Amino acid sequence: MFDLEKDFLYDLSKEVKTGTTVMAVTFENGVIIAADSRTSSGSYAVNRVTDKLTPVQDQIYCLRSGSAADTQIISSYVSYYTNMFSIEEGSQPTVKKAAHMFREFLYQNKQYLHAAIICAGWDPIEGGSVYSLPLGGSIVKQPFATGGSGSTYLYGYCDMNFKENMTEEEAEKFVTYGITEAIARDGGSGGIVRKAIIDKNGVRRKTVYGNKLKKFWEK
Amino acid sequence: MQPKKKTLRPIVTGSSVLGIKYKDGVILASDTLGSYGSLARFRDIRRIVPITKHTVIGGTGEFSDFQEITKILRQKIIENQELVESGKEEDELLPSEIHSYLSRVLYGRRNKFNPLWNDVVVAGFEKGKVHMGTVDLWGSYFEDDIIATGYGTYFALPLMRKAYKKDMERDKALEVLRDCLTVLFYRDCRTINRYVFAEITKEGVNITDPVEIETKWEIADWQEGKL
Repeated sequence: MFDLEKDFLYDLSKEVKTGTTVMAVTFENGVIIAADSRTSSGSYAVNRVTDKLTPVQDQIYCLRSGSAADTQIISSYVSYYTNMFSIEEGSQPTVKKAAHMFREFLYQNKQYLHAAIICAGWDPIEGGSVYSLPLGGSIVKQPFATGGSGSTYLYGYCDMNFKENMTEEEAEKFVTYGITEAIARDGGSGGIVRKAIIDKNGVRRKTVYGNKLKKFWEK
Repeated sequence: MQPKKKTLRPIVTGSSVLGIKYKDGVILASDTLGSYGSLARFRDIRRIVPITKHTVIGGTGEFSDFQEITKILRQKIIENQELVESGKEEDELLPSEIHSYLSRVLYGRRNKFNPLWNDVVVAGFEKGKVHMGTVDLWGSYFEDDIIATGYGTYFALPLMRKAYKKDMERDKALEVLRDCLTVLFYRDCRTINRYVFAEITKEGVNITDPVEIETKWEIADWQEGKL
Protein backbone atom coordinates (compact mmCIF):
# COMPACT_ATOMS: atom_id res chain seq x y z
CA MET A 1 0.00 0.00 0.00
CA PHE A 2 1.37 3.42 -0.90
CA ASP A 3 2.39 5.45 2.14
CA LEU A 4 2.37 9.15 1.34
CA GLU A 5 5.03 9.96 3.90
CA LYS A 6 7.35 7.05 3.37
CA ASP A 7 7.12 6.59 -0.36
CA PHE A 8 6.45 10.08 -1.67
CA LEU A 9 7.49 12.93 0.59
CA TYR A 10 10.58 11.64 2.38
CA ASP A 11 12.25 10.08 -0.62
CA LEU A 12 15.54 11.77 0.17
CA SER A 13 15.84 10.19 3.59
CA LYS A 14 16.03 6.72 2.07
CA GLU A 15 19.14 4.68 2.76
CA VAL A 16 21.87 5.18 0.20
CA LYS A 17 21.88 2.19 -2.11
CA THR A 18 23.81 1.34 -5.20
CA GLY A 19 20.66 0.85 -7.30
CA THR A 20 22.82 -0.60 -9.92
CA THR A 21 23.75 -2.71 -12.88
CA VAL A 22 26.85 -4.90 -12.64
CA MET A 23 28.13 -7.69 -14.89
CA ALA A 24 31.03 -10.11 -14.78
CA VAL A 25 31.90 -12.41 -17.65
CA THR A 26 34.58 -15.07 -18.09
CA PHE A 27 36.31 -15.11 -21.47
CA GLU A 28 39.19 -17.09 -22.95
CA ASN A 29 41.95 -15.28 -21.03
CA GLY A 30 40.27 -14.21 -17.79
CA VAL A 31 37.29 -12.12 -16.73
CA ILE A 32 35.79 -8.80 -17.72
CA ILE A 33 33.78 -6.91 -15.13
CA ALA A 34 31.62 -3.85 -15.74
CA ALA A 35 29.27 -1.57 -13.83
CA ASP A 36 27.30 1.65 -14.16
CA SER A 37 28.23 4.65 -12.00
CA ARG A 38 25.07 5.76 -10.20
CA THR A 39 24.54 5.66 -6.42
CA SER A 40 20.95 6.57 -5.64
CA SER A 41 19.06 7.53 -2.51
CA GLY A 42 15.45 6.96 -3.49
CA SER A 43 15.33 8.80 -6.78
CA TYR A 44 18.16 11.23 -6.02
CA ALA A 45 21.50 10.41 -7.63
CA VAL A 46 23.92 10.92 -4.75
CA ASN A 47 26.96 10.07 -6.86
CA ARG A 48 26.83 9.97 -10.66
CA VAL A 49 30.44 8.79 -11.12
CA THR A 50 30.68 6.01 -8.52
CA ASP A 51 33.35 3.35 -8.83
CA LYS A 52 31.63 0.04 -8.10
CA LEU A 53 34.58 -2.04 -9.26
CA THR A 54 36.25 -2.60 -5.93
CA PRO A 55 39.64 -4.30 -5.68
CA VAL A 56 39.93 -7.04 -3.08
CA GLN A 57 43.33 -8.26 -4.18
CA ASP A 58 45.55 -7.39 -7.12
CA GLN A 59 43.66 -9.66 -9.47
CA ILE A 60 40.42 -10.18 -7.58
CA TYR A 61 37.66 -7.59 -7.78
CA CYS A 62 34.16 -7.40 -6.41
CA LEU A 63 31.05 -5.72 -7.87
CA ARG A 64 28.79 -4.20 -5.26
CA SER A 65 25.00 -3.84 -5.26
CA GLY A 66 22.49 -3.20 -2.50
CA SER A 67 23.29 -1.01 0.49
CA ALA A 68 26.35 1.11 -0.25
CA ALA A 69 27.41 1.10 3.42
CA ASP A 70 27.11 -2.67 3.83
CA THR A 71 29.00 -3.57 0.67
CA GLN A 72 31.76 -1.05 1.30
CA ILE A 73 32.54 -2.34 4.77
CA ILE A 74 32.38 -5.99 3.74
CA SER A 75 34.77 -5.44 0.83
CA SER A 76 37.14 -3.70 3.24
CA TYR A 77 37.02 -6.67 5.60
CA VAL A 78 37.51 -9.26 2.88
CA SER A 79 40.36 -7.23 1.42
CA TYR A 80 41.99 -7.08 4.87
CA TYR A 81 41.58 -10.78 5.61
CA THR A 82 42.79 -11.87 2.19
CA ASN A 83 45.88 -9.73 2.77
CA MET A 84 46.46 -11.61 6.04
CA PHE A 85 46.04 -14.82 4.10
CA SER A 86 48.75 -13.99 1.56
CA ILE A 87 51.16 -13.07 4.36
CA GLU A 88 50.54 -16.35 6.19
CA GLU A 89 50.35 -18.67 3.18
CA GLY A 90 53.05 -16.95 1.15
CA SER A 91 50.91 -16.98 -1.96
CA GLN A 92 48.03 -15.00 -3.41
CA PRO A 93 44.55 -16.22 -2.45
CA THR A 94 42.46 -17.74 -5.22
CA VAL A 95 39.23 -16.13 -6.35
CA LYS A 96 37.47 -19.11 -4.74
CA LYS A 97 38.97 -18.26 -1.34
CA ALA A 98 37.97 -14.59 -1.62
CA ALA A 99 34.46 -15.49 -2.75
CA HIS A 100 34.03 -17.90 0.14
CA MET A 101 35.21 -15.23 2.54
CA PHE A 102 32.50 -12.92 1.19
CA ARG A 103 30.03 -15.72 1.66
CA GLU A 104 31.00 -16.09 5.32
CA PHE A 105 30.29 -12.41 6.00
CA LEU A 106 27.06 -12.29 4.04
CA TYR A 107 25.67 -15.52 5.40
CA GLN A 108 26.52 -15.12 9.10
CA ASN A 109 25.14 -11.57 9.17
CA LYS A 110 22.21 -12.05 6.86
CA GLN A 111 19.65 -10.44 9.24
CA TYR A 112 21.54 -7.19 9.28
CA LEU A 113 22.79 -6.86 5.75
CA HIS A 114 21.34 -5.81 2.44
CA ALA A 115 24.26 -6.72 0.24
CA ALA A 116 24.66 -8.65 -2.99
CA ILE A 117 28.13 -9.10 -4.40
CA ILE A 118 29.76 -10.56 -7.48
CA CYS A 119 33.33 -11.69 -6.84
CA ALA A 120 35.40 -12.08 -10.00
CA GLY A 121 39.07 -12.33 -10.87
CA TRP A 122 41.96 -14.34 -12.21
CA ASP A 123 44.19 -16.85 -10.45
CA PRO A 124 46.76 -19.30 -11.87
CA ILE A 125 44.74 -22.36 -10.74
CA GLU A 126 41.30 -21.71 -12.26
CA GLY A 127 42.06 -18.89 -14.68
CA GLY A 128 39.13 -16.47 -14.77
CA SER A 129 36.21 -17.16 -12.44
CA VAL A 130 32.97 -15.44 -11.45
CA TYR A 131 31.09 -16.07 -8.21
CA SER A 132 27.62 -14.73 -7.51
CA LEU A 133 26.74 -13.96 -3.88
CA PRO A 134 23.09 -12.90 -3.70
CA LEU A 135 21.14 -11.51 -0.73
CA GLY A 136 20.82 -14.55 1.54
CA GLY A 137 24.51 -15.44 1.49
CA SER A 138 24.50 -18.31 -0.98
CA ILE A 139 27.47 -18.71 -3.28
CA VAL A 140 27.16 -19.79 -6.90
CA LYS A 141 29.99 -20.16 -9.41
CA GLN A 142 28.88 -19.11 -12.89
CA PRO A 143 30.43 -18.47 -16.32
CA PHE A 144 28.87 -15.00 -16.15
CA ALA A 145 26.78 -13.09 -13.62
CA THR A 146 24.66 -9.96 -13.49
CA GLY A 147 23.46 -8.05 -10.47
CA GLY A 148 21.66 -4.97 -9.24
CA SER A 149 18.30 -3.45 -10.07
CA GLY A 150 19.22 -3.06 -13.74
CA SER A 151 20.07 -6.72 -14.16
CA THR A 152 16.38 -7.59 -14.62
CA TYR A 153 16.61 -5.98 -18.04
CA LEU A 154 19.57 -8.15 -19.02
CA TYR A 155 18.39 -11.72 -18.47
CA GLY A 156 17.02 -11.97 -21.97
CA TYR A 157 19.98 -10.17 -23.51
CA CYS A 158 22.54 -12.37 -21.71
CA ASP A 159 20.79 -15.67 -22.33
CA MET A 160 20.66 -14.89 -26.04
CA ASN A 161 24.18 -13.47 -26.48
CA PHE A 162 26.53 -15.22 -24.09
CA LYS A 163 29.02 -17.74 -25.45
CA GLU A 164 31.74 -19.62 -23.53
CA ASN A 165 35.38 -18.73 -24.26
CA MET A 166 34.69 -15.45 -26.07
CA THR A 167 37.60 -13.34 -27.24
CA GLU A 168 38.45 -10.24 -25.24
CA GLU A 169 36.85 -8.04 -27.87
CA GLU A 170 33.60 -10.04 -27.94
CA ALA A 171 33.41 -10.15 -24.16
CA GLU A 172 34.07 -6.41 -23.86
CA LYS A 173 31.26 -5.65 -26.28
CA PHE A 174 28.97 -8.06 -24.44
CA VAL A 175 29.32 -6.27 -21.11
CA THR A 176 29.43 -2.73 -22.49
CA TYR A 177 26.22 -3.11 -24.48
CA GLY A 178 24.60 -4.87 -21.53
CA ILE A 179 25.33 -2.09 -19.05
CA THR A 180 24.36 0.51 -21.66
CA GLU A 181 20.94 -1.04 -22.20
CA ALA A 182 20.33 -1.41 -18.47
CA ILE A 183 21.25 2.25 -17.95
CA ALA A 184 18.74 3.18 -20.65
CA ARG A 185 15.90 1.35 -18.90
CA ASP A 186 16.67 1.24 -15.18
CA GLY A 187 16.15 4.43 -13.20
CA GLY A 188 18.49 3.08 -10.52
CA SER A 189 21.36 2.86 -12.99
CA GLY A 190 23.04 5.64 -14.92
CA GLY A 191 26.14 7.62 -15.73
CA ILE A 192 29.17 5.96 -17.29
CA VAL A 193 30.27 2.37 -17.87
CA ARG A 194 33.36 1.41 -15.88
CA LYS A 195 35.11 -1.77 -17.03
CA ALA A 196 38.08 -3.82 -15.90
CA ILE A 197 39.76 -6.65 -17.78
CA ILE A 198 41.49 -9.10 -15.44
CA ASP A 199 43.84 -11.71 -16.87
CA LYS A 200 47.26 -13.22 -16.10
CA ASN A 201 48.95 -9.89 -16.89
CA GLY A 202 46.98 -7.93 -14.33
CA VAL A 203 44.12 -5.46 -14.46
CA ARG A 204 43.29 -2.96 -17.21
CA ARG A 205 40.63 -0.38 -16.39
CA LYS A 206 38.50 1.37 -18.97
CA THR A 207 35.68 3.88 -18.99
CA VAL A 208 32.94 4.70 -21.48
CA TYR A 209 31.51 8.15 -20.84
CA GLY A 210 27.75 8.74 -20.64
CA ASN A 211 27.57 10.75 -23.81
CA LYS A 212 29.60 8.17 -25.74
CA LEU A 213 27.39 5.19 -24.91
CA LYS A 214 25.98 3.43 -27.96
CA LYS A 215 22.35 4.22 -28.64
CA PHE A 216 19.91 1.42 -29.17
CA TRP A 217 16.19 1.89 -29.88
CA GLU A 218 15.42 5.06 -27.99
CA LYS A 219 11.69 5.72 -28.14
CA MET B 1 -22.30 -2.22 -6.52
CA GLN B 2 -19.69 -0.01 -8.20
CA PRO B 3 -16.07 -0.59 -7.12
CA LYS B 4 -14.50 2.30 -5.23
CA LYS B 5 -12.35 4.18 -7.67
CA LYS B 6 -9.49 6.13 -6.12
CA THR B 7 -5.97 6.94 -7.22
CA LEU B 8 -4.22 4.73 -4.72
CA ARG B 9 -0.69 5.50 -5.86
CA PRO B 10 0.89 6.88 -9.02
CA ILE B 11 1.88 4.15 -11.49
CA VAL B 12 3.23 5.78 -14.65
CA THR B 13 4.87 9.02 -13.59
CA GLY B 14 6.46 12.05 -15.18
CA SER B 15 9.24 14.00 -13.55
CA SER B 16 9.94 17.75 -13.53
CA VAL B 17 8.45 20.52 -15.63
CA LEU B 18 10.29 23.86 -15.77
CA GLY B 19 9.04 27.27 -16.87
CA ILE B 20 10.66 30.68 -17.21
CA LYS B 21 9.37 34.04 -18.45
CA TYR B 22 11.47 36.10 -20.82
CA LYS B 23 11.16 39.31 -22.83
CA ASP B 24 8.73 38.10 -25.50
CA GLY B 25 6.91 35.34 -23.67
CA VAL B 26 7.51 32.16 -21.70
CA ILE B 27 9.28 28.84 -22.27
CA LEU B 28 8.39 25.52 -20.64
CA ALA B 29 10.58 22.42 -20.71
CA SER B 30 10.35 18.79 -19.67
CA ASP B 31 11.75 15.41 -20.60
CA THR B 32 9.74 12.82 -22.52
CA LEU B 33 9.86 9.97 -20.00
CA GLY B 34 7.00 8.07 -18.37
CA SER B 35 8.52 6.01 -15.56
CA TYR B 36 6.97 2.80 -14.33
CA GLY B 37 8.44 2.80 -10.84
CA SER B 38 12.16 2.75 -11.54
CA LEU B 39 11.72 1.38 -15.08
CA ALA B 40 12.14 3.92 -17.84
CA ARG B 41 9.16 2.44 -19.65
CA PHE B 42 7.74 5.04 -22.03
CA ARG B 43 10.49 7.18 -23.48
CA ASP B 44 8.59 9.30 -25.97
CA ILE B 45 5.57 10.75 -24.17
CA ARG B 46 4.49 14.39 -24.19
CA ARG B 47 4.12 15.98 -20.78
CA ILE B 48 3.64 19.49 -22.18
CA VAL B 49 0.56 19.88 -24.37
CA PRO B 50 -1.31 22.79 -25.96
CA ILE B 51 -4.79 23.53 -24.73
CA THR B 52 -5.68 26.58 -26.81
CA LYS B 53 -3.78 28.68 -29.33
CA HIS B 54 -2.30 30.63 -26.43
CA THR B 55 -2.11 28.19 -23.54
CA VAL B 56 -0.10 25.09 -22.69
CA ILE B 57 -0.08 22.85 -19.66
CA GLY B 58 2.74 20.67 -18.37
CA GLY B 59 2.32 17.80 -15.94
CA THR B 60 4.35 16.07 -13.26
CA GLY B 61 3.07 12.93 -11.54
CA GLU B 62 0.59 10.31 -12.68
CA PHE B 63 0.46 10.37 -16.46
CA SER B 64 -3.05 8.99 -16.82
CA ASP B 65 -4.38 11.78 -14.60
CA PHE B 66 -2.51 14.32 -16.71
CA GLN B 67 -4.15 12.90 -19.83
CA GLU B 68 -7.51 13.18 -18.06
CA ILE B 69 -6.80 16.82 -17.19
CA THR B 70 -5.96 17.49 -20.83
CA LYS B 71 -9.32 15.97 -21.79
CA ILE B 72 -11.24 17.96 -19.18
CA LEU B 73 -9.68 21.26 -20.24
CA ARG B 74 -10.04 20.69 -23.97
CA GLN B 75 -13.68 19.79 -23.38
CA LYS B 76 -14.13 23.04 -21.49
CA ILE B 77 -12.62 24.91 -24.43
CA ILE B 78 -15.09 23.28 -26.81
CA GLU B 79 -18.01 24.17 -24.55
CA ASN B 80 -16.75 27.73 -24.36
CA GLN B 81 -16.39 27.87 -28.16
CA GLU B 82 -20.04 26.98 -28.52
CA LEU B 83 -20.97 29.82 -26.17
CA VAL B 84 -18.76 32.21 -28.13
CA GLU B 85 -20.42 31.21 -31.37
CA SER B 86 -23.86 31.70 -29.94
CA GLY B 87 -22.82 35.10 -28.67
CA LYS B 88 -23.12 34.31 -24.96
CA GLU B 89 -19.38 34.49 -24.29
CA GLU B 90 -16.85 37.06 -25.41
CA ASP B 91 -13.87 35.11 -26.47
CA GLU B 92 -11.68 32.05 -26.08
CA LEU B 93 -10.84 31.11 -22.50
CA LEU B 94 -7.78 32.91 -21.16
CA PRO B 95 -4.82 31.07 -19.60
CA SER B 96 -5.61 32.56 -16.21
CA GLU B 97 -9.20 31.34 -16.51
CA ILE B 98 -8.05 27.86 -17.47
CA HIS B 99 -5.63 27.92 -14.54
CA SER B 100 -8.36 29.02 -12.17
CA TYR B 101 -10.81 26.41 -13.43
CA LEU B 102 -8.22 23.66 -13.10
CA SER B 103 -7.49 24.62 -9.51
CA ARG B 104 -11.21 24.18 -8.68
CA VAL B 105 -11.29 20.80 -10.38
CA LEU B 106 -8.22 19.58 -8.49
CA TYR B 107 -9.40 20.95 -5.18
CA GLY B 108 -12.78 19.31 -5.63
CA ARG B 109 -11.13 15.97 -6.30
CA ARG B 110 -8.87 16.29 -3.26
CA ASN B 111 -11.90 16.92 -1.07
CA LYS B 112 -13.33 13.62 -2.21
CA PHE B 113 -10.03 11.86 -1.38
CA ASN B 114 -9.64 10.97 -5.03
CA PRO B 115 -6.99 13.37 -6.32
CA LEU B 116 -5.69 13.76 -9.82
CA TRP B 117 -2.14 13.00 -8.80
CA ASN B 118 -0.36 15.80 -10.62
CA ASP B 119 1.53 19.02 -10.28
CA VAL B 120 0.37 20.99 -13.34
CA VAL B 121 2.06 24.03 -14.86
CA VAL B 122 -0.30 26.36 -16.75
CA ALA B 123 1.29 28.94 -19.01
CA GLY B 124 0.00 31.27 -21.68
CA PHE B 125 -0.25 34.68 -23.26
CA GLU B 126 -3.17 36.98 -22.47
CA LYS B 127 -3.77 40.71 -22.91
CA GLY B 128 -0.17 41.28 -23.99
CA LYS B 129 1.32 39.63 -20.91
CA VAL B 130 2.46 36.18 -19.86
CA HIS B 131 0.49 34.20 -17.33
CA MET B 132 2.24 31.27 -15.64
CA GLY B 133 1.62 29.25 -12.52
CA THR B 134 1.01 25.84 -11.04
CA VAL B 135 -1.79 23.85 -9.42
CA ASP B 136 -1.08 20.67 -7.55
CA LEU B 137 -2.93 17.55 -6.42
CA TRP B 138 -4.06 19.36 -3.28
CA GLY B 139 -5.60 22.21 -5.24
CA SER B 140 -2.91 24.73 -4.23
CA TYR B 141 -2.74 27.59 -6.73
CA PHE B 142 0.47 29.51 -7.33
CA GLU B 143 1.74 32.08 -9.88
CA ASP B 144 5.29 33.20 -10.56
CA ASP B 145 7.81 34.21 -13.25
CA ILE B 146 9.86 31.05 -12.71
CA ILE B 147 8.25 27.69 -12.18
CA ALA B 148 9.49 24.18 -11.45
CA THR B 149 7.71 21.01 -10.36
CA GLY B 150 8.91 17.66 -9.03
CA TYR B 151 12.64 17.41 -8.44
CA GLY B 152 12.95 20.64 -10.34
CA THR B 153 11.83 22.53 -7.24
CA TYR B 154 14.97 21.38 -5.43
CA PHE B 155 17.54 21.54 -8.21
CA ALA B 156 16.28 23.88 -10.89
CA LEU B 157 14.54 26.61 -8.89
CA PRO B 158 17.69 27.87 -7.10
CA LEU B 159 19.57 28.00 -10.42
CA MET B 160 16.68 29.73 -12.16
CA ARG B 161 16.28 32.25 -9.34
CA LYS B 162 19.94 33.22 -9.62
CA ALA B 163 19.84 33.59 -13.40
CA TYR B 164 16.40 35.19 -13.85
CA LYS B 165 16.09 38.83 -14.78
CA LYS B 166 12.85 40.51 -15.77
CA ASP B 167 12.59 40.75 -19.57
CA MET B 168 15.63 38.56 -20.13
CA GLU B 169 16.63 37.55 -23.65
CA ARG B 170 15.32 34.37 -25.27
CA ASP B 171 18.78 32.81 -25.60
CA LYS B 172 19.53 33.40 -21.96
CA ALA B 173 16.22 31.83 -20.94
CA LEU B 174 16.90 28.74 -23.06
CA GLU B 175 20.43 28.51 -21.63
CA VAL B 176 19.10 28.53 -18.08
CA LEU B 177 16.54 25.87 -18.91
CA ARG B 178 19.16 23.67 -20.59
CA ASP B 179 21.46 23.95 -17.59
CA CYS B 180 18.65 23.02 -15.23
CA LEU B 181 17.56 20.08 -17.39
CA THR B 182 21.17 18.81 -17.47
CA VAL B 183 21.48 19.01 -13.69
CA LEU B 184 18.19 17.16 -13.38
CA PHE B 185 19.39 14.48 -15.78
CA TYR B 186 22.51 14.03 -13.63
CA ARG B 187 20.72 13.94 -10.29
CA ASP B 188 17.13 12.79 -10.80
CA CYS B 189 16.99 9.03 -11.32
CA ARG B 190 13.64 9.32 -13.09
CA THR B 191 14.74 11.33 -16.13
CA ILE B 192 16.18 10.72 -19.58
CA ASN B 193 18.21 12.89 -21.90
CA ARG B 194 15.37 13.72 -24.25
CA TYR B 195 13.57 17.05 -23.91
CA VAL B 196 10.77 19.09 -25.34
CA PHE B 197 10.54 22.89 -25.19
CA ALA B 198 7.27 24.82 -25.44
CA GLU B 199 7.50 28.47 -26.30
CA ILE B 200 4.53 30.83 -26.02
CA THR B 201 4.62 34.33 -27.43
CA LYS B 202 1.92 36.70 -28.63
CA GLU B 203 2.12 34.80 -31.93
CA GLY B 204 1.02 31.58 -30.30
CA VAL B 205 2.38 28.25 -29.13
CA ASN B 206 5.40 26.40 -30.53
CA ILE B 207 6.35 23.00 -29.10
CA THR B 208 9.66 21.58 -30.36
CA ASP B 209 10.44 18.01 -31.32
CA PRO B 210 12.50 16.08 -28.76
CA VAL B 211 16.18 17.06 -28.50
CA GLU B 212 19.16 15.81 -26.57
CA ILE B 213 21.49 17.95 -24.45
CA GLU B 214 25.25 17.41 -24.05
CA THR B 215 26.46 15.98 -20.76
CA LYS B 216 29.84 16.19 -19.05
CA TRP B 217 31.53 13.21 -17.46
CA GLU B 218 35.12 14.36 -16.99
CA ILE B 219 34.74 14.29 -13.21
CA ALA B 220 34.60 10.49 -13.47
CA ASP B 221 38.37 10.49 -13.80
CA TRP B 222 38.72 12.10 -10.37
CA GLN B 223 36.62 9.40 -8.71
CA GLU B 224 38.22 6.19 -9.95
CA GLY B 225 39.71 3.91 -7.32
CA LYS B 226 37.81 5.28 -4.36
CA LEU B 227 34.83 3.55 -2.85
